[in-house]
Amino acid sequence: MRLVSIFAAFLLLAGCSNNWGWYVVDPTTTSGWNNLKFMASGAYYTIILSLTAISISVVVGLLVALPGLSNKRGWRAFNRTYVEVVRAVPILVLILWVYYGLPALSGITLSVFWAGVLALSLSDSAFQAEIFRAGIQSIGRGQYEAAQSISLNYRDTMRYVILPQAIRRILPALGNQLVYMLKMSSLVSVIGMQELTRKANELVVSEYRPLEIYTILVLEYLVLILIVSAGVRWLERRMKASDT
Amino acid sequence: MSIISMNNVSKFFGDFQALKDVNLDVALGERVVVCGPSGSGKSTLIRCINRLEAHDAGDIVVDGTVLTDKPADLEKIRGNVGMVFQQFNLFPHLTVIENLCLGPRRVLGLSEAKARERALTYLDRVQILEQAEKFPRQLSGGQQQRVAIARSLCMEPRILLFDEPTSALDPEMIAEVLEVMTELATSGMTMIVVTHEMGFARRVADRMVFMDKGEIVEVGAPEDVFTAPKSKRFGTFIKQILNH
Repeated sequence: MRLVSIFAAFLLLAGCSNNWGWYVVDPTTTSGWNNLKFMASGAYYTIILSLTAISISVVVGLLVALPGLSNKRGWRAFNRTYVEVVRAVPILVLILWVYYGLPALSGITLSVFWAGVLALSLSDSAFQAEIFRAGIQSIGRGQYEAAQSISLNYRDTMRYVILPQAIRRILPALGNQLVYMLKMSSLVSVIGMQELTRKANELVVSEYRPLEIYTILVLEYLVLILIVSAGVRWLERRMKASDT
Repeated sequence: MSIISMNNVSKFFGDFQALKDVNLDVALGERVVVCGPSGSGKSTLIRCINRLEAHDAGDIVVDGTVLTDKPADLEKIRGNVGMVFQQFNLFPHLTVIENLCLGPRRVLGLSEAKARERALTYLDRVQILEQAEKFPRQLSGGQQQRVAIARSLCMEPRILLFDEPTSALDPEMIAEVLEVMTELATSGMTMIVVTHEMGFARRVADRMVFMDKGEIVEVGAPEDVFTAPKSKRFGTFIKQILNH
């Protein structure tokens, strides 16, 4: 919170110079207030899009990570191929490909929202897979052996013994990915998603004050991400408390 | 009638031969102590019995089932063979009681109430009932190892394997673990114990097995082998252990 207020104070000071025209987002005037409300209304899609995409990418990432830990070469090859190929495609390119390319290829037309979810979650799943793989590999052999010695099968070993420990360890990395996802969701504005960045762009076109409007946009992302960071830290503390 | 029968068992780690044509039969209710210098293959020997290691040649029959990779056979054998590890290998994210209930709930299909009741019975038996709701890291090493023993007992195995159960413990905690093991031995449990605790071996073992360089060098009742070792290698080993 302190960070935000320092940043805001800095901007207000800078605003004293005559390059700035804060009236465009001045909450004390009707038009300024309406402009702010218009900009903030994009938060809904930014948040819903990011949360939906990361929920999917975590599940897909785990499903891709598990074959990567198999002792069968074919499974490992599948994991490597998926990670290497998906990781190599820029997110913006993937968004454009899913939205404009996929319908031409398959006849499936996705809404802007679901095209965005598909592109973001696909792209993120490759990173999630690597995070899960590292987390699972960090769990010592003794845990598997103890699980085997009480005759637990693979599924139960993963579900009750390995994953709960692995997830605790990768929580900071998962938090990073959520932050990353929130920022990358801005790219979905190029196909017309009415999220924060798109709203700002539309306002700029009608108000011609890019400096102020994009500054507010920066602040919007900053606030969102600080909230997420605080949430992840709280979760980490809570999980740590539960096993000491 | 032997419950474990190992015939000409060999095991390789790469070029290194950890077990060389080992033959060992253990009768129901028998207590066998395995000793020998480090790297002699004693851990490998017992880890082959519940197939934490797969042997490369020969055959192992446990309770009438030939050891193979068939999941159904493995499950049956591991359900009958408990194991206690040098490093305890408790599940750190679960409380003591949860550690104990996991196998009975998931593998044996006991109800939560039944599993709990059983867990408390065995916790009482290893004299640690009051720690049921704690996490492993809140306990001393000796307490953790007793929890690990109770976790094995909860599966009600016919055979218990101990892989250097006191080697990771501070001296003052060794006694409490050996006491629990002695009580188990007098109750008629079939036990194979890898240990350097010669006092325990003398008190409890029906048979001593001495291994060196992957071979069983000497087998006999403790009173015989300690006083009149037949092989030179065992004689030297015993002298080193007892004089240190």
